[in-house]
Amino acid sequence: MSDMRYLPRAALSGLIDAIRDAGYRVIGPREETGQGGLVYREIDGVEDLPQGLHDRQEPGSYRLEKTGSPRYFAWANTASAIKPFVYAPREKLWRVVHKEGRIHFEPVERDAAKTAILGVRACDLAALELQDAHFLRGKFVDPYYKARREKLLLVAVNCSHAAATCFCASTGDGPEVSTGYDILLDELEDGYLLRVGSTRGAMIVADLPLQAATQGHLEAALAQSEACRAQQRVLPGEKDLARLGEQLESARWTKVAERCLSCGNCTAVCPTCFCHRELEVPALDGKSSEHWRDADSCFSEDHSYIVGEVVRHGTRERYRQWMTHKLFNWVPQYGRIGCTGCGRCTTWCPVGIDFVAEANIVLGLAEAPEPELPHVDGSEAAQ
Amino acid sequence: MKTDNAYLPWEAEIVDTIQETPDIFTWKLRFTDREVARNYSFKHGQFNMLYLYGVGEVAISVMSNDGECIYHTIRAVGRITKAMMKLPIGAHIGVRGPFGSAWPLDEARGKDVVFVTAGLGCAPVTSSIKYVVANRAAYGRLVIMQSVRHRNEGLWEPQYDEWRTLPDTQVLLTASRDKTRWPHWSLGRVSVLLDEAQYDKQNCVVMMCGPDAMMADTARTLVELGVPAESLFVSLERNMQCAVGHCGHCQLGGKFVCKDGPIFVWPQVAELMRVKGY
Repeated sequence: MSDMRYLPRAALSGLIDAIRDAGYRVIGPREETGQGGLVYREIDGVEDLPQGLHDRQEPGSYRLEKTGSPRYFAWANTASAIKPFVYAPREKLWRVVHKEGRIHFEPVERDAAKTAILGVRACDLAALELQDAHFLRGKFVDPYYKARREKLLLVAVNCSHAAATCFCASTGDGPEVSTGYDILLDELEDGYLLRVGSTRGAMIVADLPLQAATQGHLEAALAQSEACRAQQRVLPGEKDLARLGEQLESARWTKVAERCLSCGNCTAVCPTCFCHRELEVPALDGKSSEHWRDADSCFSEDHSYIVGEVVRHGTRERYRQWMTHKLFNWVPQYGRIGCTGCGRCTTWCPVGIDFVAEANIVLGLAEAPEPELPHVDGSEAAQ
Repeated sequence: MKTDNAYLPWEAEIVDTIQETPDIFTWKLRFTDREVARNYSFKHGQFNMLYLYGVGEVAISVMSNDGECIYHTIRAVGRITKAMMKLPIGAHIGVRGPFGSAWPLDEARGKDVVFVTAGLGCAPVTSSIKYVVANRAAYGRLVIMQSVRHRNEGLWEPQYDEWRTLPDTQVLLTASRDKTRWPHWSLGRVSVLLDEAQYDKQNCVVMMCGPDAMMADTARTLVELGVPAESLFVSLERNMQCAVGHCGHCQLGGKFVCKDGPIFVWPQVAELMRVKGY
């Protein structure tokens, strides 16, 4: 317990200053003006943090409420993950110049800025670990991802409540952060329990007015985490998910496809999705061209295009690809499922498809709910 | 393959273009940087990403490498390949590679070797056939089965005629949509050739390349005929954009076809290829 310190709330701005003094731009959760959601954006100080804001999430719904609490981190998670700060949704890979019949390839300078992210959740840290496995630990290292990853400082904050869409307890990735952070905070009523996870983190907090953490602080933090563990949604366990490969012809895929719009929102907000397409952007004067990559989705029509045919030709095939990749095929690829329980796919699905419920139904662990038919009576019709 | 950035192509010059059929051409390419040419080596079955200036990249299997130049046989079917066919000799393109897994030519030594191809599927295996022919004594019987829609789509027929005369070698050709049965040609799909082929089912390696359905049907038939599934190899085609297992488009179940494949031993993909649209 000796590594646990206490940071009064008034000193949080000091932490942000210390991070900035170490040369980092600071990214934190902030309310997206006029959009009603929290996103990670650059912040100037504590005044940009969502003090007293609480999120209410349901399938297809995300609402912020004012609570009057002095807390800055009393929300479950943000609309987008921290993924865009490491694996960029758009990225120039190289440039090519056409001159006198020759073509000259020029690599892109990779000078990533030192970036600190404040308020990282356990689900997103676990997802970062999965993206590291994909982009850094395979046969080929992705130099663009690597450049940003190496410049990243992570200040995690344990969740104080779970949203209705959260299920990190069942994937084993939360609610507490256990690894992968530089600094870890538990937000309490009047301050923060603080732990350091790296030398870099230790150097940043060295000059802060840290106090000794009391037994009361520890108990309060533990109680908070314990409360977060009670989550409404539970993903099937490893053994059950291992049966997903036997369900490829399940009738349920057709049922999901009747509701799924194939819009790709789920893949856009997913903290582990890595698919991207390569794009060519030629200059108008014809003298040069740029080669980019753009985030792609397995729900897009041309994702599985090969000459003359599309392998996954319908929504049924695409939803099946999305779920079986995430919960089944990720295991041979990276040794575990590709889901960390953040619940964003369910929250941001415009028709409210519940990823966890669908997994349970496909595996025969839950009954499919009776479809709710719209009431057609006088009062409804009058609207 | 360069290790610091596998996305960045090298420049190469089109030294020669051989128009094989109205829509199939072979490029002889030379890397502008001689150092790249010296360090380049490929295994039969691997592919390169070929880049057309201002348009994009396409995955094409490597035909051969004579130490100075590399060769690619390409069918002009898509946006990029159609434009590539129009490039003049002396033009420059981008090349990166090689990527992917290779045919088991070492493991096949001492065994009968069977090639089954359909359509342009013959291109990715032709380099392997040539390798076996060049090292004829190291292998047992050589059986080549090739199916096309029409005889005039068949590539390199004179070469097939030449291979036919080799000892312990069978060349079986079939046209699935022709009405006329030419000498040495059968009518129908590749399955009509399987009965004629003579090889040791217990001691062979079968290498297949062509449409998914052709390979899957052939593999299942051969297993029924008594060829061990572990002796069957297929080369798969999927959407490949990055070629390094990052972009996700080529996934087939838990496999990244670009880096785990494109050559797979049949049991690796047999179940996956049973599922339509997976």
